[in-house]
Amino acid sequence: MTGWRSLLLRRETGIAVMIVLFCLAVGAVKPQFLTLNSLRIILLLTPLILIGAMGQMLVIVARHVDLSIGSILGLTAMVAGMMFRYAPEVPWPLAFPLAIGLGAVLGLVNGALVTLFRLPAIIVTLGTLSLYRGMTFIISDAKQIDRQYVPSALKAMSQTSPVFGIPWIIFIAFGVALLTWWFAMHTRIGRQVFALGSNPVAAPLRGINVTRVTLTVFAISGALSGLAGIMYASRWGFVNPSNTGNGFEFQVIAAVVIGGVSINGGVGTVPGVVLGVLLLGCVSAALPLLGIPGTTQSAIYGAVILIALVIDRMVRMQGRTRGTQRAGA
Amino acid sequence: MTETSATARDAAPPRPLWQVLLIRPEMMTLILLLVGIFAGSQLSEFFLDTDYILKSFTLSAEFAMVALVLTLVIIAGEIDLSPAANMALSACLFAWVQAAGVPLPLAVLVGLGAGLAMGALNGALVIGLQIPSIIVTIGTLILYRGLAQIIAGDKSIRVPESFVGINDVMVAGIPLPVILFCLLALVLGLLLGTTIFGRQIYLVGTNEVAARHAGVRSARIRMILFLMMGLVSAVAGLMTASRLGSVRYDLGLGGELQMVLMAMLGGTYIFGGRGTILGTFLAAWLLVIVTTGMIVANVLPAWQLCVLGLLLIVSIIATNLIYSRTQR
Repeated sequence: MTGWRSLLLRRETGIAVMIVLFCLAVGAVKPQFLTLNSLRIILLLTPLILIGAMGQMLVIVARHVDLSIGSILGLTAMVAGMMFRYAPEVPWPLAFPLAIGLGAVLGLVNGALVTLFRLPAIIVTLGTLSLYRGMTFIISDAKQIDRQYVPSALKAMSQTSPVFGIPWIIFIAFGVALLTWWFAMHTRIGRQVFALGSNPVAAPLRGINVTRVTLTVFAISGALSGLAGIMYASRWGFVNPSNTGNGFEFQVIAAVVIGGVSINGGVGTVPGVVLGVLLLGCVSAALPLLGIPGTTQSAIYGAVILIALVIDRMVRMQGRTRGTQRAGA
Repeated sequence: MTETSATARDAAPPRPLWQVLLIRPEMMTLILLLVGIFAGSQLSEFFLDTDYILKSFTLSAEFAMVALVLTLVIIAGEIDLSPAANMALSACLFAWVQAAGVPLPLAVLVGLGAGLAMGALNGALVIGLQIPSIIVTIGTLILYRGLAQIIAGDKSIRVPESFVGINDVMVAGIPLPVILFCLLALVLGLLLGTTIFGRQIYLVGTNEVAARHAGVRSARIRMILFLMMGLVSAVAGLMTASRLGSVRYDLGLGGELQMVLMAMLGGTYIFGGRGTILGTFLAAWLLVIVTTGMIVANVLPAWQLCVLGLLLIVSIIATNLIYSRTQR
C-alpha cells in the first residue's frame, strides 16, 4: 500500500474528516461557529475528558474497562477541596501530588481486584464506582466545597494563559496526551499493554508480566482521574459530592470509542483519541449555538458511541477479508 | 467430559452428596440471609414485622424482577447494563403518550413495545454485529437514559390516578409487586431448571462454540433473552411509575448496580454457564433485609452506597472461589 493510501485509510483521517465536515455544516447554519472564539470554547470543554480518556484508552487497549473514573475524580477532587478548606496553611500546589497519588491508589485497588482474583473489570469497577462515591459522601459529610475555599491561583489556571490566550489547563491536558503517546509507543511496558490486549493468552508466554501491566494501566487511569479531579476544582471552582465526576466515565468512554480504540483490545492510538475528544467537544459546543437543548447531549453521546462501535465493527470485518489486521501503530 | 470411552477408573471420584448440596453459592446466600434476619431482629424489635419487610420489598421488587431475567442473560455468557435506563425510557414514553391523550391500555402497550424494541436493539448489536454486550449496553444505557431526558426534560410527568398505586394492591395480605416477583421467579426457575431451553442457556454460557456445533441455536437463544430483558425492564418501569405516581428521566438511576449485585450475590457466575434463579431470588430478599436493616439502624445513605459496592465485590470473589474449589 502506498503512503498516501495508508494515510487515507487510517482511522484518524476518518475522524478528522468528520470533524471538518461537522464544523462546516454547523458553520453553514451559524457562521459564528467558525471563529477563534468558538475554538476556545471547544478547547475549554475538552481538558478533563482528554485527561480521563488517556487513562481509559490504556485500560481498554489492555482489554479491560474502568467505570470508576468518575467516582475517583469526585473523591480526589473532594479530598483536595477538603485540604483547601481545613488546612489552608498547606501550600495549594501540594493538592496535585495528593490527588494524583490518591487516584493512583484507588486505581491500584481496581487493578489488584482484577488481577489477584481474576475478576472482570466491568463488575469490579461497577462496585468501586459505588464504593468510591459513597466514600466521597462520607468524608465530606455530604457537604459541598464552595468557591471561596478553592485557591484563586488554582482557579486562575483555567483562565489565565501563558500564550495565545490558551489557559494552562489545556496545555496540561495536551502535555498528558503527549506523555501518554510516548508511554504507549516508546516504553517497554507501554508496548506490553498493546501486546497483552492483542492476545492475552500469548502475552504471558512471551514473558510479559500480566499482573504488572494490568496494575500499571489501572494505576495510570486512576492517577489521571485524580489529575482530572484537581482540574475540575480549577475549572469549576467548587466540588460537589454528588455531581462532581458523575457520568464522567460515559463521556470518556464515548471519546475513546469514537477515537478508534477497539473494545476487543490491542488497538488504539493517542492521536485518534485526541481527535475523538475534539469531535465530542465540537458537538457539545455546537448544541447551544444551534438552539438544541442541553438535555439532548446524553442521547447524542449514546448514539455516537453506538455508531462508532458499528463503524469499528465494519472496519474490522473489512480488515479481516483483506487480511490486513493492524495492531497498535 | 463424559464420553462413552471414558471408563469409571478415569473419572474423578464423585463428591459426597452433602458437599454437592451444601457447598454451593446459593447456600452462602441463604446463610447470609439468615444471619441478616437474625442481626436485624437484634437491631430492632420492629424489624421482624412481616408487613414491614414486605412493604420494604415492594421498593426493590422492580429491580429484583429485572435481576431474575438478568440472571439468565449472565448464565448465557452475556451481560446487560441498560435495563435501568430502559425502565426510565419506557416509563417516560408511556407517561408522555398517555399525557398526550392516548388511552391508558394503548399507552401501556406503547411502553411495553418500547421496552421490547430496546431489547431488540441490544440483541441486534450484540448478536447481529457481534459487538461485546458489555460495551453495547454501556452505549445503549447512555442512549436510552438520554432519550428519556429528551422526552421528559427536567420535569416529572404525572400518571393518571387509575394507574397509581400498584404497591397498595394487596393479594391475600401480600403486596402485588411481591407476588409478581415470586411468580416470575417460579416461572423462570422452571424454565431454567426443567426445560430444554433452560439447559441450552447453560450450554451457550459454558461454551458458545461447542453449543453451536452441538446444534444449539445460540444466536436465537441469546436474542430471546435480550428481548425478555427488554420486556421485563418495561414492565418494571411501568410498575415503578405506578408506585411513584409520576415519571422522571432519572427513574431507576443507578439501578444496574443493584440488579447486577442481586445476580452476583445469588451465585451467578460472571463468566457464564452457572447460576440459578433460586440464588437470585434469595439474594433479592437478602438485599432488602440488608438495606432495611441499615435504615432501621440509622445508617447514612452514603454508607449504604459503600456497603452495596463492597457487597458486589465480595460476593463475586466468594462465588468465584466456591466455583473454583468445587467444580473442575
